[in-house]
Amino acid sequence: MAEAAPRLDVRVIAEDFDPGVELAVLEALQVGGVASFTGLVRDDGGLTALHLEHYPAMTATQIEVIVQQACARWPLMGVTVIHRFGTLPVGARIVFVGTASSHRVAALESCAFLIDWLKVSAPFWKREIKASGPQNWVEAVGSDDERASAWTSGGS
Amino acid sequence: MADLNILYFAWVRERIAKDGERVARPEPGMSIAALLNALSATTPGHAEAFADRTRLRAALDQRFVPLDTLIGDAHELAIFPPVTGG
Repeated sequence: MAEAAPRLDVRVIAEDFDPGVELAVLEALQVGGVASFTGLVRDDGGLTALHLEHYPAMTATQIEVIVQQACARWPLMGVTVIHRFGTLPVGARIVFVGTASSHRVAALESCAFLIDWLKVSAPFWKREIKASGPQNWVEAVGSDDERASAWTSGGS
Repeated sequence: MADLNILYFAWVRERIAKDGERVARPEPGMSIAALLNALSATTPGHAEAFADRTRLRAALDQRFVPLDTLIGDAHELAIFPPVTGG
């Protein structure tokens, strides 16, 4: 019974999503626990929005690779990853990761693993949109690489 | 053999002022880095975009690869800054 294939749902979309609906779908799998992370556009120094560009031919398959790695590592019954693209105003949802498992540690750790790896290996690029001043591309952060790498070097 | 389709993203696309181009199939044994050298000679935008290789990443046929990877018979090459997903 524990060998049943997990329910996997990866979506790369422009429109918004409802985390409550997504959580309910995972809860309906009748597992022990559901963990989730919702990423929002942060109000950083005059930012009005983020514009997310992505590599359409690669994005979904690359996220699926990361999801498969999580499923190989933790006993998961369901995984939902939603990543938006386009222009997203401050406060808007960018990303959702939800994991369902019989075990809370598996649900929590796999959720953290997925968001850490999305940061460094999902082909998205963010540009800041401000009312005034330079519209910079967000630079990759070295500490994000370190967090993601820690999952493979035995740390957590 | 078919041409190589190149895609550019984020500030690489902006500096080159186009989202991609088709180039003649590179010679066997040519690496991505060597192709970037050749393309840098075509316009100032290419030269600027490709100047600092530590800020560039690549994918061949939608798989991340290092810049010293040989292009081989790949159909699609993408050049972009380090990703900022999540």
